[in-house]
Amino acid sequence: MAEFDDPNALVAATYRAHYEGYRRMDAYSPFPIEELHEALGAHHTRLPLIVLIGGITGCIGGYLLQYWTASMAYPVNIAGKPLNAWPMFIPVTFECTILGAALAAVLGMLALNGLPMPYHPVFNVPRFALASRNRFFLCIEAQDPRFDLEQTRGFLETLGPQEVSTVAN
Amino acid sequence: MRAPATPPVIAPGHTFGTVTDKITSIVLTNKTPLGWWAGFLFVSMFAGLLAVSLTYLVLTGVGIWGNNQPIGWAFDITNFVWWIGIGHAGTLISAILLLFKQTWRTSINRFAEAMTLFAVVCAGIFPLFHTGRPWLAYWMVPYPNTMNVWPQFKSPLIWDVFAVSTYGLVSLLFWFVGLIPDLATLRDRATGRASRMIYGMLAMGWRGSARHWHRYETAYLLLAGLATPLVVSVHSVVSLDFAVSVIPGWHTTLFPPYFVAGAIYSGFAMVLTLVIPIRKFYGMEDFITMRHLQNMAKVLLVTGLMVGYGYTVEAFMAWYSANRYEGFMMWNRMTGPYWWTYVLLILCNVVTPQTLWFKRVRGSVPALFVISLVVNVGMWLERFVIVVTSLHRDFLPSSWGRFSPTIWDWSTYVGTIGLFLTLLFLFLRFLPMISIFEMRTLLPAAKVTEEA
Repeated sequence: MAEFDDPNALVAATYRAHYEGYRRMDAYSPFPIEELHEALGAHHTRLPLIVLIGGITGCIGGYLLQYWTASMAYPVNIAGKPLNAWPMFIPVTFECTILGAALAAVLGMLALNGLPMPYHPVFNVPRFALASRNRFFLCIEAQDPRFDLEQTRGFLETLGPQEVSTVAN
Repeated sequence: MRAPATPPVIAPGHTFGTVTDKITSIVLTNKTPLGWWAGFLFVSMFAGLLAVSLTYLVLTGVGIWGNNQPIGWAFDITNFVWWIGIGHAGTLISAILLLFKQTWRTSINRFAEAMTLFAVVCAGIFPLFHTGRPWLAYWMVPYPNTMNVWPQFKSPLIWDVFAVSTYGLVSLLFWFVGLIPDLATLRDRATGRASRMIYGMLAMGWRGSARHWHRYETAYLLLAGLATPLVVSVHSVVSLDFAVSVIPGWHTTLFPPYFVAGAIYSGFAMVLTLVIPIRKFYGMEDFITMRHLQNMAKVLLVTGLMVGYGYTVEAFMAWYSANRYEGFMMWNRMTGPYWWTYVLLILCNVVTPQTLWFKRVRGSVPALFVISLVVNVGMWLERFVIVVTSLHRDFLPSSWGRFSPTIWDWSTYVGTIGLFLTLLFLFLRFLPMISIFEMRTLLPAAKVTEEA
């Protein structure tokens, strides 16, 4: 794992590592850097689709709830309106749509990110605590087919890092 | 084209490290400032008053409040709408300004979202206890029950239940998602074992991975996109509680936009009221700069004008509709027994903010503080005028009446302000009041240049 002290160096190093053929790696930064995701060669996230499904579920569920209660489970004549008075059901349907989509966004984000995660090896490096302050890290994982402790360390040294450390599992 | 020289959102000279240290040092200290203790004790006394008032209310009944026929809604609904409105600025700042890429919002959004959350808590208390039997409030939720009874979805009051609870929940999610990376910062910087454990659990193992950030940003943007129509819908639904009825002064299509503008207006006033003393006390002038205060003052002016337009159209329509009940309602509002609330309302909400046209006023912190307080009072009066003056004289003179608040009306109201401020004090002490990771992105060093 290599440590850098500015975002440009990390992005450049990530591009280099990707160019060298490393794939099982991750970059860590104290704030979102759009270019980093690209540099890792990562794909688009499925999150928007999950949110859409959540919203549609909320919408249909909200409407059906009202339809079923008002016209089947407990039909009551309210001011002579039809039992299925759809315009009156729009506000709650709308709120349920938003609720479904918002829950899907948060839970989906956490699930795709694998959070909560109580243990992760990167935290074994003491200096990694600075990843949430002002330092930037690039970590090439041992599962990568091109990974070789000595060679990879040597490669990371060439990227001009502050420090290179080995992450204990 | 000439770019106007705008003052920076962060004072120059800060780095990733100093931004982090400055904000976390308020939370991660063993020495709680004496001023914090003094303030906290003071406001929690009022929160205690709320506990006393509500206990007495539950033991006795809603009769301890001054509302009765024909004024079935008085302080409770006035306060409910007032609090919900205050909450709306938080969502506006965090969601709508995010979508418009207004980066200056960054240093006040966390704080404003907290304000939203606490305002919703205070708002919820009023309708809940106004039901008279709050322990049966769960009856409003659609669930299979042995009574075989279901909520009546054609009533705006049940829309309100859904709107406000969705709003509360989505605001909480939005706030918490925004907090996750900062909780990780606190976890990594905390020295005490207990605080490391607590912040660590809340941060859920966040480690700032680029893949995570990507999904995180997507989720945050989508949440902002969802919260924006939500916030508009919530106050529209609140206004429909009134507008769907037939009471003169309530039965008007103007209400939804007029309520939403009023909500933003009062919310920005509350943000100013709170932010001005806090930035002074914690020395946050580097992050919450004059530019923030001035921008908020401009929003205040604009929404104040919208609200003023609302008042004008309301009065105009009362005349133009040629409906004698509407006409009487407006005449009674201006000259009836509660005339002084209407006059004060116009003075507070329409006349006072006009001073914000002047640059000197927008640049003066004490002036902004005073104006924000005046607007807070004015917006409370607006709801009072809408609720009470419309109800107290409707169609039949035989059913006219008057309302005067009892001591318990006041103590409940003041109590919720105490609860609100108590929660705010706890927030300032235990969570970062400014979003640290978003502040880092604002620094010039955070820009990645095209060379890799």
